[in-house]
Amino acid sequence: MLDRISGLRTVETGSTEAEPTLSVRRLSKSFTNGPCVLSGVDIAIRPGESVALIGANGTGKSTFVRCLLRLIEPNDGDIRMFGLDVRALTSRSLRHLRSRVGFVFQRHNLVLRLSALSNVIHGAQARMSSPGSWYQALAPSRVRDEAMTCLERVSLDGKACARADSLSGGQSQRVAIARMLMQRPEFVIADEPDASLDPRAGEEIMRLLHETARERGLGLLFISHDLEHAIRFSDRIVGLAAGQVALDVRSNNANPTELRKFFAEERP
Amino acid sequence: MLVTSPGHSTKAHQRAIFDRQCAELRQRRRLHTAFGLLLFVALCIGSAVIGKFSPIALIEGAPKLGEYVQRTLPALHWSSLGADLAYWFYGLRKWLDLLLETVLMAYLATLLGSLGALLVCFYGSRNLALNGWSYHLARRASEFFRTIPDLVFALIFVFAFGLGPLAGILAIALHSLGANGKLFAEANENIDMKPVEGLRALGSGWVQTMRFGVMPQVMPNYASYVLWRFEINVRTAAVMGFVGAGGIGMELITAVRSLYYEDISAILILIVVTVGLIDIGCERLRHALIGRETLE
Repeated sequence: MLDRISGLRTVETGSTEAEPTLSVRRLSKSFTNGPCVLSGVDIAIRPGESVALIGANGTGKSTFVRCLLRLIEPNDGDIRMFGLDVRALTSRSLRHLRSRVGFVFQRHNLVLRLSALSNVIHGAQARMSSPGSWYQALAPSRVRDEAMTCLERVSLDGKACARADSLSGGQSQRVAIARMLMQRPEFVIADEPDASLDPRAGEEIMRLLHETARERGLGLLFISHDLEHAIRFSDRIVGLAAGQVALDVRSNNANPTELRKFFAEERP
Repeated sequence: MLVTSPGHSTKAHQRAIFDRQCAELRQRRRLHTAFGLLLFVALCIGSAVIGKFSPIALIEGAPKLGEYVQRTLPALHWSSLGADLAYWFYGLRKWLDLLLETVLMAYLATLLGSLGALLVCFYGSRNLALNGWSYHLARRASEFFRTIPDLVFALIFVFAFGLGPLAGILAIALHSLGANGKLFAEANENIDMKPVEGLRALGSGWVQTMRFGVMPQVMPNYASYVLWRFEINVRTAAVMGFVGAGGIGMELITAVRSLYYEDISAILILIVVTVGLIDIGCERLRHALIGRETLE
């Protein structure tokens, strides 16, 4: 597939005055007894930039974003985030780095037996590691107030005490975004946040994510299978094929017909 | 003449492969079933022979069983029922005190054992362990504590700490640690790992991830296992006195050895009633806990 779409590659580096928030070079990952998922991915994201990552199923998009925070350990390559060498970080420094990056998952990854508010309070965990915070009903009132503000931002303050497993897919994803806001992140990664939602809810979630990133001046890297979302909510589109960057183009220059080729076939 | 198209021939070939695989699978299953049956029968016969499990001995001994039970029961007369019962349960006050001691022994042992199990179980879960060493260490330790019979532990603790409930509490607590450590770890292995990944991505440490990502998912299971273990421990604590490790068992074994038949039945009735009441209470509590929403 890479051969077929290599002609599309239109790398536009853009302005490089500011140091990139995220810079990845030659990132590779292969699983034991499995194929090579990523083979030499290069990408750089400047502060405040919104980048959409597209590609067919199995091209390594989710693996790539997980490698950025070492939720999956990469085999080779360099990852620099906020000027830090991510692969060289100790576990303590890595936890600190993770707390600076908001990660929104495709399936929200909430603790289902807990309330929406408790899940949002989890976002502040890196800031409140004292034993007093172990029982979240006893979390300091300023933390609970902040969590409520985050829920208000995603219009879910009315569901603060509802259990996460009683929420719809769209509501759960909004709780996940509120949890991300609670982190006070400096950069946001979203792995197909609109994937398990109906078109209207997906649109709402993408708009919310885009707006919150914009109003706080946060960089945003999101994976999407919806080309319209990828074009509308990003400054740049990066296409992955066969574990490599096969396209890097400004969203306003993107040709939907050509982009569609990235979803033409799945990796076996 | 019949002309076969290439497509038809491929289909026929696929069908032949499928049929052959089905036949092989059937043959393998027949072999497995036959082997399983043989093993089952061999184990039954072997166990009966080694355990001297003889139906003749059962039939011959059964009347003596009735005779023993009959001896333990006092003669009760309707006209003097109150006095007869008072005579039968003459040691009620002392026995109730010992029963209370037995229940409290079981309570404290369950608490200590379950707390220990809680500390061990995360290291002993394949999906949560820090590394292979911690996993094997936690699993083998749990195995050790639940494999040694609690009466053996009790004997060791009686030797170390002297006669009394302390030895019994420690013995039951260690056994509970082993048993609950395994059950808790297995509950942990069945959790949904997505919340765990979510918490790791937030920058949570290992302890926070266990506390907020794992425990909310498994608390109903933990509660159920702890209550079940308490029921078992009350029964176990009732025989700890056999080796001098506290509880009502000491009184029971003294009655058995001294052939105080009526005391045996009175104590046994009290134990059965107490254990039954605790079983009912625990069952209700367990169902109430499982059904409750966790809104921490």
